Amino acid sequence: MSIRERLSGNEAVATAMKQINPDVVAAFPITPSTEIPQYFSTFVSNGTVDTEFVAVESEHSAMSACIGAEAAGARAMTATSANGLSLMWEMIYIASSLRLPIVLSLVNRAVSGPLNIHNDHSDAMGVRDSGWIMLFSENNQEAYDNTLMAHRIAEHKDVLLPLMVCQDGFITSHSIENIELVEDDKVKEFVGTYKPEHYLLNANEPMAVGPLDLQAYLFEHKYQQAEAMRKAKDVILEVSKDFEKLTGRKYELFESYMLDDAEIAIVCMNSTAGTTKAVVNDLRKKGVKAGLLKIRVYRPFPGEEIAKALSGLKAVAVLDKADSLNAIGGALFGDVTSCMYTQKQNVPIVNYIYGIGGRDTKTSDIESVFTDLETIVKTGNIDNPYRYLGLRKEN
Amino acid sequence: MAYNLKQIVAEKPSRFTAGHRMCAGCGAPVVGRMVLRALKPEDHAVIACATGCMEVSTFIYPYTSWTDSFIHTAFECAGATESGVEAAYVSLKKQGKLPQDKDTKFIAFGGDGGTYDIGLQSLSGAMERGHDMVYVCYDNGAYMNTGIQRSSATPKYADTTTSPAGTKIPGKMQSRKDLAKIMVGHHIPYVAQTAAISNFKDLYEKSEKAIYTKGAAFLNVLAPCPRGWGYATDELMTINKLAVETCYWPLYEVIDGRYVINYKPKNKLPIEEFLKPQKRFKHMFKPGNEWMIEDFQKEVDARWEELLYLEEATNKN
Repeated sequence: MSIRERLSGNEAVATAMKQINPDVVAAFPITPSTEIPQYFSTFVSNGTVDTEFVAVESEHSAMSACIGAEAAGARAMTATSANGLSLMWEMIYIASSLRLPIVLSLVNRAVSGPLNIHNDHSDAMGVRDSGWIMLFSENNQEAYDNTLMAHRIAEHKDVLLPLMVCQDGFITSHSIENIELVEDDKVKEFVGTYKPEHYLLNANEPMAVGPLDLQAYLFEHKYQQAEAMRKAKDVILEVSKDFEKLTGRKYELFESYMLDDAEIAIVCMNSTAGTTKAVVNDLRKKGVKAGLLKIRVYRPFPGEEIAKALSGLKAVAVLDKADSLNAIGGALFGDVTSCMYTQKQNVPIVNYIYGIGGRDTKTSDIESVFTDLETIVKTGNIDNPYRYLGLRKEN
Repeated sequence: MAYNLKQIVAEKPSRFTAGHRMCAGCGAPVVGRMVLRALKPEDHAVIACATGCMEVSTFIYPYTSWTDSFIHTAFECAGATESGVEAAYVSLKKQGKLPQDKDTKFIAFGGDGGTYDIGLQSLSGAMERGHDMVYVCYDNGAYMNTGIQRSSATPKYADTTTSPAGTKIPGKMQSRKDLAKIMVGHHIPYVAQTAAISNFKDLYEKSEKAIYTKGAAFLNVLAPCPRGWGYATDELMTINKLAVETCYWPLYEVIDGRYVINYKPKNKLPIEEFLKPQKRFKHMFKPGNEWMIEDFQKEVDARWEELLYLEEATNKN
């Protein structure tokens, strides 16, 4: 029997970490992810876990210590947000290039500057091509479930890539919701023990990690990373199926909500999907064929599958919670449109930048997007595809 | 047992093998090899190394000079990286996931760039947290790997590529940082400053103490650079000796806060003896620049006096 609880998103992730019982956690506090190492420290202090907690002096050191620990043969985890991830940036790339399946809980927050502690996805978008698997979570349950699945995916021999589980800062990290937890022994069995093939602490087989890698080999090594990312898609689906067997909760690369017969749809990630579902439900009652495609797996990007899922639509809006400041649109928009093009799916698509720095996204905002999509369907005119939602025009 | 170099070399084969690409006359590989010789033959070691000469010349894919396990991640985080390795060891050993009868020791190497400057925070964190590891700084007094740029370890007036001796500014105008004292300020059990002189006794014995002292330990080791300092490759050992005999680089250790000066020259040589063989100080010997040598001497004297005072003050009880 699963356990019914009421937990915040941060508590949910800390609980998952307790059940996973990693060998090393190295973390540095930053709002809104601070609670995760806080809760976890109490598990360490009370002997609930076997973990060595390394209270590092910065996020750069947090990721460096995770790299050292994982290369040494340990399961290493950390948590951070925004500028913490920015400070880790150098080591984020090194972690993936060393093929170390570290798991990071990223509680999404706006990256400075100016300073802002609230939610958007600018932190995650800054590392979107760093070779990390990126899972996004609509609510506390998904943040918990994704964390439980993380090691199985990351440590798979065809993958061996680090993985981050994203959730929205404050919106889900600090909101208490009902949640179903898996029993400790079942988690232990599901996650399994970590048995790396090669590791620094194996005295019988000393190894060297992190070479100077010049013209003769770096290209091939980068290709191997890219191959691992391509293979990760099948592994994620396989692990998700096993998880469904365990919990009854079904996870795929993305969630199609009322999408099969939809004419207009929104593509978005994390908590905004919840708001969008509410609006879709209302619109459906009014006879509007609205739908939602919620991205769960952002890296590897399931481009072909998304293009197929959106192929029958008359108009699509892609919502980006981070502006790319590149004069052509947000990152998710770029990913979706390029896949549509290569899959020869010519569906009118517009982009909305929204929710920057924690700006509230209300059901009325989402309704306005669907209204815009209906207009596009009627008129066939898009004008400017690079749009803003919830932005005050006057100062 | 009395120190015997021949016996050590005979009984403990080098754990840092030939074939690396460090320059002839460089102090760093000499230091690295000797530090590792202080390991007990039966102990495994995990070496972390900051980006720098020692890393890029010893581990070029697919070759390595390190017979122990080795990890390099980036320039500024050898301290933090090794922290993680050590934490993994503590955790796995505690859980019975590693053989209980085998010990692993943890040694990090960084140049002065990766230690005094960009890696200072990571080093400070690792030392403060008390990981059971030794951090060895091979101090060659500039960013040699990128082409001799000044660091906070560069001595005053030295000519480097970012503190060039020009017509208006005669080299680096600031004094060098005293890193060993910063480490003493961390109240770790063992801090030492050493150099590869004569029969390596000082370096070997301090390495052994540092490795086998429980907790965090720090070694600051002089590592002359023929390219950056401007000396002939066969003068390495002479330069090391002159650094010690002039008291430019005193040999001392700080054991649980107690200072011990390991060598007090009977005839402290004038600083010119150390400066003169090095091209980086050449401009100091031009007529009219005598003040620079005087000033340099004053600083060396003041630091030596301070060290004598600290030894006396910390040994009163």
